[in-house]
Amino acid sequence: MTFIGKSVKRVEDKRFLTGKGRYTDDIKLPGMTHAVIIRSPHAHARILNVNTSKAEALPGVVKIFTGKDVAELNGVPCGWQVDFKNGDTMKEPPHKLMVADKTRHVGDAVAMIIAETYAIAKDAADMVVVDYDEMKAAINMREAIKPGAPLVHDDVPNNICFDWELGSDKAEVDAAMAASHHVTTLEFINQRVIPNAIEPRSAIGHYDTANDRYTLYTSSQNPHLIRLLLCAFVLGLPEHRVRVVSPDVGGGFGSKIFHYTEEALVVWASNQIKRPIKWTAERRESFMTDAHGRDHVTKAEMGFDADGKMTALRVKTLANMGAYLSTFAPCVPTWLHGTLLQGLYTTPKVHVDVTAVFTHTTAVDAYRGAGRPEATYLLERLIDTAALEMKMDPAELRYKNFIPAFDGVKQEGYTTQVALQYDSGNYEPVLKRALEMVGYADFRKEQEQARKDGRLLGIGFSTYVEACGIAPSAVVGALGARAGLFESAHVRVQPTGKVSVYTGAHSHGQGHETTFAQIVADKFGIPLEDVILEHGDSDSVAFGMGTYGSRSLAVGGSAIVKSIEKVIEKGTKIAAHLLEAAETDIEFAEGKWTVKGSDKSVGFGDVSLTAYVPHNYPEGLEPGLDFSSFYDPANFTYPFGAHIAVVEIDKETGKVDLKRFVAVDDVGNVINPMIVDGQIHGGVAQGIGQALFEGAIYDEDGQLVNGTYMDYTMPRADDLPMFEVDRTVTPCPHNPLGVKGAGEAGCIGSTPAVANAVMDALSPYGIFDLEMPLTPERVWTAMQNSDAVV
Amino acid sequence: MKIPVTITVNGKKHETEVEPRTLLVHFLRENLAMTGTHVGCDTSSCGACTVLLDGKALKSCTMLAIQADGREVTTIEGMAQDDKLHPIQQGFHEKHGLQCGFCTPGMVMTAADLLANNPKPSETEIRHALEGNFCRCTGYHNIVESIQHAAHAMNG
Ligand code: FES
Ligand code: FES
Repeated sequence: MTFIGKSVKRVEDKRFLTGKGRYTDDIKLPGMTHAVIIRSPHAHARILNVNTSKAEALPGVVKIFTGKDVAELNGVPCGWQVDFKNGDTMKEPPHKLMVADKTRHVGDAVAMIIAETYAIAKDAADMVVVDYDEMKAAINMREAIKPGAPLVHDDVPNNICFDWELGSDKAEVDAAMAASHHVTTLEFINQRVIPNAIEPRSAIGHYDTANDRYTLYTSSQNPHLIRLLLCAFVLGLPEHRVRVVSPDVGGGFGSKIFHYTEEALVVWASNQIKRPIKWTAERRESFMTDAHGRDHVTKAEMGFDADGKMTALRVKTLANMGAYLSTFAPCVPTWLHGTLLQGLYTTPKVHVDVTAVFTHTTAVDAYRGAGRPEATYLLERLIDTAALEMKMDPAELRYKNFIPAFDGVKQEGYTTQVALQYDSGNYEPVLKRALEMVGYADFRKEQEQARKDGRLLGIGFSTYVEACGIAPSAVVGALGARAGLFESAHVRVQPTGKVSVYTGAHSHGQGHETTFAQIVADKFGIPLEDVILEHGDSDSVAFGMGTYGSRSLAVGGSAIVKSIEKVIEKGTKIAAHLLEAAETDIEFAEGKWTVKGSDKSVGFGDVSLTAYVPHNYPEGLEPGLDFSSFYDPANFTYPFGAHIAVVEIDKETGKVDLKRFVAVDDVGNVINPMIVDGQIHGGVAQGIGQALFEGAIYDEDGQLVNGTYMDYTMPRADDLPMFEVDRTVTPCPHNPLGVKGAGEAGCIGSTPAVANAVMDALSPYGIFDLEMPLTPERVWTAMQNSDAVV
Repeated sequence: MKIPVTITVNGKKHETEVEPRTLLVHFLRENLAMTGTHVGCDTSSCGACTVLLDGKALKSCTMLAIQADGREVTTIEGMAQDDKLHPIQQGFHEKHGLQCGFCTPGMVMTAADLLANNPKPSETEIRHALEGNFCRCTGYHNIVESIQHAAHAMNG
């Protein structure tokens, strides 16, 4: 039975479609209380007094904790260390569960009300009086690093968390740039965006006095890591007495990777009051406390020779960390951004310089793509701008600079100037296919005619490579990670031949229950319904590193394959015994072990049963058919692709109409094309969101001005077209499935394609460079300010 | 103070008492333990809480439970009959119209209202009908196709 490569319909759908999904907030435990957190309305203020007496007297209030009550507890840790260029240690100020002295961003937790019902907790929260002494805040990064700027943390001078560089020798890059025939320079902001999974974060802490056990239910992409951090770093709990369950998770996009203070708070407090506590974020709290994404201020220069060959790339970036270091924040603008700056081009000299800055804003961390969208935006905006400046065709300019094809088997992987070795790549075909799909030759004619007719039509390109399948543990360890990034899998064949699979990856929409079952059913040659996937519960899954960085299939899937191989190997021993043949004469295919060249065979079910009823059994072999494996990848995987956007701009209003979006991605081998296409669609939509609609706006006092769904514009159904997607397949040479990962690709490629299309449409106005999001107001204003007559 | 109400949910009559400030969505989730209807926001913007009230799609976070007194509510739990998915649910399954599933109940209920009034909607009409519902996972492409699939199945 072949399941790999088939668009099998998802096995998890039914529960979601019938209202039977089980998300954290759906869980109700006996005796459960409800928590509401009081959050600072000021970005930077001293806390003078917290008066809870009136609230405490309200019937139904169980307990109120303030920052003082948790002052002795550790805060949540950072999981990645990036030190200063001069070797000084990264500044890592504590991130307490609640603050007692000073607030550092709007939304910083000041007190937690626990009550019998949510409504009572809300009422009580209104009765708590907090006296603040408001202070000036550091919001804008450029200002925050100047001497005399307000400090986010008293012991972090100039608000600088670390500085970092990577690439070729700086003097050589400068020389190559100086010698270039043409240099394109862009200075821009890659604006802060807010992940906004539709399920708000939620956490339930439960301390079971009778058994001295803790349970945390949490809406997380990463339950095992949360348990490790919670036990080893924050609360000092014995890990074997702590269970973390992440049930159905309503989207994450990175924002649910991290260990959040509320998770530790409900666990700690449930032991204080000896009752379960549920906290669920209101949407406005999600805006204030979910880690945000992007937020770079960048200057980037790309040099070319007279032929349009790239000669050098120089990048200087300020990266916003927000007020505290979130779990993986330091690696995002560095090892996930700087390392991707060669893109899929042969640029001989690359240098990147990053300064990470604390500000009085919400923490910034990985958001779909994490660093790679920032790198791709920078490169692809430079190339389309250079093409305009040098009057070259943007597609031709890319063809000229692509790294030649390499499969990682016959040809070696490609080593870049910025620390990576790409596994396999074949870049021309993706662009060629995308150009075909969009009908490029005809488009330019149409555009010319449209311009004559006074219509603003534009086309934009983006070709990208990304690093995912995160990650080889030793490599990331050397780069500052404080965790391994392997994955675990456990394949348990039951006596009747049914199979339970346990993975440390954790789906939050990706359809693991289907894709992973396809692999197992395919390799064992058994029906799909004979396989079930368990995930998200630290009691049933031994360990796991979670789902992010497009890693689930490449790392988690590979771990499953290892266990499958162990089952088949042991099954061969059992089969050889049953068939009275030598092991070497036995082959396994389509669910049975056969003596080569004969019709003598024994089925998967028979071997499974024999393993558990070992009466007639090989001597010395252990009973059972049950294997766990850990898989640590040899390298990252490197998907790539070409995205093309076609837009038309309304001259009267400045509104950008996205008319077409073509995406050709190469994510290696594909297990379930339907699911991969869905991942691409979703990523593309989020990338378009950043280009056209989204962006967190802080005023100078640090208020998140658009911190609600009414004010923060996300793409709605009528903002987007149908997407035209296709793929090429260049297998990953270093994992057993040949897969690369598809979760982030769409979001990495799409943003610059759309921005480039808008610039192309506006080129008759002499407008080459506008900040995202490209809202009607921004586009209209730019057109008004242009002297060009169009 | 609690107020007596009679609310029919998925054909079943509930005679009970609610606090006047209880929202319909909280009544469904907390009082009736029907957690298929979700809460995604606090500004009536996301549509995750969409139900049918007397057959019309409505964001159940915008309405008090007492306002539903004497009326009929259909939630996602009431769509499948005898374990057989409603054609709209089936459409979402066939066309991969859901990923994390959190927006899905609201999408299905909104689609039910649309198809009741417009059995053969165009792509533009579908997208327009969905403008009160956020999905952050699918990019809407497959949701549109799911509803087209359902329209076809229901009306040929
Ligand atoms: S919960 Fe968002 S619209 Fe009702
Ligand atoms: S499927 Fe996740 S929000 Fe729509």
